[in-house]
Amino acid sequence: MTLLQIDTLSLDIRGTPILRDVSLSVDAGQIVGVIGESGSGKSMTAFSVMQLLPQGSVCSGRISLSGHEILALSEDHLCRLRGNDVSMVFQEPMTALNPLKTIGEQVAETILIHERTTAEDARKRAAEALRRVELPQDRFPLSRYPHELSGGQRQRVVIAMAIALRPKLLIADEPTTALDVTTQAEILTLLKRLVQEDGMGLLMISHDLAVVADMADHIVIMRRGEVVEQGPTQTLLRGMQHPYSLALLAASDHVPDREGTPQDTPLLRVRDVVRDYPTPRKGLWGKPGTFRAVDGVSFDIRRGENLGLVGESGCGKSTLTRAILGLEEVQAGTIALDGEPVFTGHRPNRAVRRRMQVVFQDPYGSFNPRHKVARLVCEPFHLLDDPPTGAARDRATAGALESVGLSAGDADKYIHEFSGGQRQRIAIARALIIRPDLIILDEAVSALDVSVRAQVLDLLADLSDRFGLTYLFISHDLSVVRSITDRVLVMQAGRIVEQGETERVFADPQHGYTQQLIAAAPQLPDDVRKLAHEH
Amino acid sequence: MLRFALKRLMSLVVTLWVASLVIFLSLEVVPGDPAAFMLGLNAQEDTLAALRDELGLNKGPVERYTDWVGGMLVGDFGTSYTYRTPVSRMILDRVQVSLPLALYALTLSTLIAFPAGIWAAARRGKPTDIVVMGITQLGVAIPNFWFAMLMVLVFAINLRWFNAGGFAGWDAGFFPAMKSLTLPAIALALPQASILARVMRSSLLDTLNEDFIRTARAKGLSRRQALWRHALRNALIPVLTIIGLQFAFLLAGAIIIENVFFLPGLGRLVFQAISARDLIVVESVVMLLVFAVVLVNFLVDLAYAAVDPRLRGRR
Amino acid sequence: MNRNLAFGAGLTAVFVLAALISFAWVPQDVTQMDIANKIRPPSPAHPLGTDHFGRDILSMIMVGARTSIAVALVAVGIGMGLGVPLGLAAAARKGGWLDEVIMRANDLVFAFPSLLIAIMITAIFGASALNAIIAIGIFNIPVFARLTRSGALSLWTRDFVLAARVAGKGAARISFEHILPNVTNLLIVQGTIQFSLGILAEAGLSYVGLGAQPPTPSWGRMLADSQTMVSFAPHMALFPGLAILLTVLGLNLMGDGLRDLLDPRLRRDRQ
Repeated sequence: MTLLQIDTLSLDIRGTPILRDVSLSVDAGQIVGVIGESGSGKSMTAFSVMQLLPQGSVCSGRISLSGHEILALSEDHLCRLRGNDVSMVFQEPMTALNPLKTIGEQVAETILIHERTTAEDARKRAAEALRRVELPQDRFPLSRYPHELSGGQRQRVVIAMAIALRPKLLIADEPTTALDVTTQAEILTLLKRLVQEDGMGLLMISHDLAVVADMADHIVIMRRGEVVEQGPTQTLLRGMQHPYSLALLAASDHVPDREGTPQDTPLLRVRDVVRDYPTPRKGLWGKPGTFRAVDGVSFDIRRGENLGLVGESGCGKSTLTRAILGLEEVQAGTIALDGEPVFTGHRPNRAVRRRMQVVFQDPYGSFNPRHKVARLVCEPFHLLDDPPTGAARDRATAGALESVGLSAGDADKYIHEFSGGQRQRIAIARALIIRPDLIILDEAVSALDVSVRAQVLDLLADLSDRFGLTYLFISHDLSVVRSITDRVLVMQAGRIVEQGETERVFADPQHGYTQQLIAAAPQLPDDVRKLAHEH
Repeated sequence: MLRFALKRLMSLVVTLWVASLVIFLSLEVVPGDPAAFMLGLNAQEDTLAALRDELGLNKGPVERYTDWVGGMLVGDFGTSYTYRTPVSRMILDRVQVSLPLALYALTLSTLIAFPAGIWAAARRGKPTDIVVMGITQLGVAIPNFWFAMLMVLVFAINLRWFNAGGFAGWDAGFFPAMKSLTLPAIALALPQASILARVMRSSLLDTLNEDFIRTARAKGLSRRQALWRHALRNALIPVLTIIGLQFAFLLAGAIIIENVFFLPGLGRLVFQAISARDLIVVESVVMLLVFAVVLVNFLVDLAYAAVDPRLRGRR
Repeated sequence: MNRNLAFGAGLTAVFVLAALISFAWVPQDVTQMDIANKIRPPSPAHPLGTDHFGRDILSMIMVGARTSIAVALVAVGIGMGLGVPLGLAAAARKGGWLDEVIMRANDLVFAFPSLLIAIMITAIFGASALNAIIAIGIFNIPVFARLTRSGALSLWTRDFVLAARVAGKGAARISFEHILPNVTNLLIVQGTIQFSLGILAEAGLSYVGLGAQPPTPSWGRMLADSQTMVSFAPHMALFPGLAILLTVLGLNLMGDGLRDLLDPRLRRDRQ
C-alpha cells in the first residue's frame, strides 16, 4: 500500500530552483534510500514532506501522505501530522536535543502535544519508547539530560521521540553520518528493527551508497535537484543505466593506481609514545587527574610507504598526529624522522619539522579567509632558514599549484573562490611546497563527495609516485584506507591493537576490535564492487 | 552545584579584596591633609594633631587599611571627616533611596523588555518588529538624564502630575514615596529596557535557528509553541548576563539621575563628599557599590546554574 | 549598502563635519558673552536660540561636538590599544597564568562602572575632560579584551591556525597574521558601539560636573546649565540633548549596519 507518494515535486527557495520534477513513493514497511552528493536536493526532498522548509520556499507538484495532500494543508493541520503520522530523525545528534530539558520531558512532549492524556501516562509511554530504542530505564532514567549522553545515545533519544506515537512514516536525514562506524551499525540495525516491528515506511537520506545498499528495498539516486534513476535495490545496483549512477558507483569503491613500492628503510620511527592530558580536579581540593590519550604506541613508517591509521573518535589519533608533527611534547617515548628526534630539549626541532607536512579534513576551515592563495601556499616556507623570495617564490607557488592540477593564475585569488575539492588540492599544494618527505593526511578526503574524493585519491597516488612521498593516512573510513594504503594500524583507546599489511588485516583481522570495526563498516556486495571496478 | 557556587564565591572574595586595595591605594595618594581641610587655614597645630589622632591619620597605611577593612566587615565604616557622624549611618539613610530606585527601575525595565523582545522576535521582519526595534533604537540612544529633564518639563512643570524633584521619604507612606521615585525610575529604565529588549530579541532569534527547534517542530509543535517551550529558556542566558550588568549600571547610573531629581541617594552623598574632600565617605560608598556589583554578578552566575543543567555538573 | 549603514553614517558624518568646521568657523564666537541677547528662542540670527550668557547655541553645539567626539574617540583608542593585545595574549595562552591574570583583572575593572572610576579619579585629581577620557578609556579596556579573547579563542581551534603552527610559526606571529585580521570585523562593530557609549558617558560625566570644565563647551555641560531654566527656556535643553541623541543614534545604526555587512553568518543567511 502506498504511504507516501511524491509526484513531480518542484521547489524554489527565494527564486533559486532546488528541486525539479522529483517523483518517488514509499510503501508501508518499506525502506526507500535516497542517495546523492551535496547539492543534490536529497535533504530538501525530506524537508518538503515535513513542510519544514526555509522561509521563501515555494513547492509545486503533489505530496500525498496516507491520504493527506501535504501541499494543500494548513499549518495547524501540518502540526497535527508531524510527530504523529510522519516523524523525522536528523544528522547531528549533538545539537538536536534541547540542552535544558530532560530526555524524559522531551520524549513525553511528543505524546502530550498530540494527545489529551495525563503527564503520568505520557511519562510511562516515554519510558516505553526509550526502552524500544534500547535505552532501558535502569541505566537511562527519564531524568537524564542530553549532555550526560554520548552521540549515539542522543540519536537514540531523537529516534524515541520520533517513534513514540508509532508514526506511519519515518524520515531519517543522514542519521548516522556524524557517528562512528560501530555506532552507525547499531543505529542502522535499530532503525531496521523498528520498521519491521511497526510496519512503518522509512525514507532514508544518505550520501553513502554502501549504507543505503545494505538497508534499502528501493534506491533513488538524485543529482542537482533531479532524480536520475531509481529502482529496487538489487536490480538497480546490478543494472544501472544512467552515466551518473555508474560514475557514482565507480567512485564509491575507487582504488587509485599506484606504482611505487615502499623501500625497506624506515623514515619515521615511533617508540613507546605516551601522551597524558590533565583532567579537571575532582572536588574542591582534589588533585587534577590525568587522561592518557596515547598509551605506549610504537610503529615505523618505511620510506615511500602509505600507512593507514584507523580508529573511532576519541581513540587518540589526532593527539598522535600532533605529537608526530612536533606541536606537543610527549610524556614518554621517542619520535624520530630519519633518526633525528622531533623534539630536542623541550623545543621542536625545525630541521625535522620542515620534512613533514599535513593536510586537514575540513576544506573550509583550513585556510585563513583573508589571505590570497599565494600567501597561503607559501606559509610552510617559514620553516626554511633561507626561503625563496621574489621570482623564485612565485615559481615555487606556480609549481605547487600546477602539480595538484590547478593553474598558476589561481595564486592571486582568495580561498572563497574555490570549491571544497579545489581547496583540498590547495591544501595539498601547501603541504608539497617545501618538498617534505612525509605528509600526514588527517581525514583529508572525509569531507568530500565521493566523486571528488576519488579524484583527490588519484592525485595523492600520482604525487606519491612522482615525488617519492610517504603518507600517514589517518581516517575513520575503512574503505578509503583499504583502497590506498600498504599497511594499516588499528587504534583503540590510545593503543595500537593491531597492525599489518592492509589486505591481510582486512581479510583476516586478528584482534576482536578490528573484527568488530570491519564487520560494522558498510560495504557494497562483492559482485557489485566487481561491477564498480569495471567502469 | 555546590562546587560551582563555592568556586564563584571564592573568586568574589578575591575580587572584593583586590578592589578594596585599589580603592584604598588610589585615595591614599591623594595630596592634602583632610584634617587641615576640615579645620581651615588658621587651625592651631595642636588641634590639628588631636584631630589627626582622632581620625586615625597618624597611623601607618597598613594599619589604616586593616582598620578600614576590618571595620567594614563588622559594619563600621568609620566617621565622616566633615559631618563627624558614622559613615554607616549616612550610607544607611541614602541606601533607602538608591536601592529601591534601582530595583524599581530594574523591575520596570524587565517588564517592558521581555514582552517587547519576545513579541519582536516572534514577528521577525513584520511591521511590529520594525516598530518595536525602531523605538528601542531611540531608547538606546537617548541620554537618560536628558530624558529625565524632558519628563520633568512635561509631567511635573506642565501637567503637574508629579513633583519636579525631591523624595517624600518612607515616613510619608509607601505610595507617596514610590510616586516620588516614579519619574526617576522611568528615566533609568527606558534606555535599559531598550537594550534588554534588543538582547532578548536577538538571543531568541539565535536560539530559534538551533537544531533542537527544528526537532521540536518535527514533533508537531507550532512555531509559537517551539518558541515558548524550547527557545525562551535557552535564550535567557545572555539576557541574564545583561540584567546583572544593568543592575550595576542602575546603581551607579542613578548617581546622575539623583542629581536631576534632587534625590538624597548615594550619588548625591558622593558628590557632596568629593567637594568637601571627605575621602572616607567616598572610599566607603565606592566600596559599597563595588560590593553590590560583584554580589549581583555572583547571583547571576548562580541563576545560570539554575537555568542550565550543564553547569550543575554530572551526577 | 544597507539602509541602516547609510543613514547612520550620514547622521554621524553631519556631527563630525560640524566639529571639523568649528575649528575654522562658527556662526558666533562661543567665548564671547552677549548678556543683552541672553535666553533668546530660535530666530533667524540664532537658529537654535541663545543661552543664559547670550551665546549662540548652534555654535556651542558645533564646538561641543569636538569635546564629545574627541573624548569618546580617544577612550575607544585606549580601550582598543590596550584591550586588543591583552585579549590576543590571553587567548594565545588560554588556561595559563597570563590568561588567568588578564581575565581576573577584567573582572576587577568590570566591578567599577565607568562612573565610579570617574568619581575616584575626580576625588584624586579633580574634574577635567582628560579624567573623563581616562575613566571611559579604562572601562573600555576589558570590553575589548573580552571580545578579542572570545573571538580569538574560536579562531585558535581552526585548522588554518594549526597549519600555521605546523609551519613553525609562534603564538605572537600567529596572533598578528591569522587571529587579528579575522577579529577586525568584530572590533569595528564593537568600536562604533563603544564610541556611542563613550559619547553618552561623556555627556553624563560633564552633566554632573566630572567631565569637561567651563569654559570648554560640552553637550552635557550645556544640559546641566539649562536645567534650572527648563521651564521658561526649553530650547536650551532641547537642542544639546537632540545633538547627543542623534549622534549616538547615528553611530548605533552604523554599528548595526556594519554588523550586517561584515558578519559572514548573516551574509550567508541573506543569500
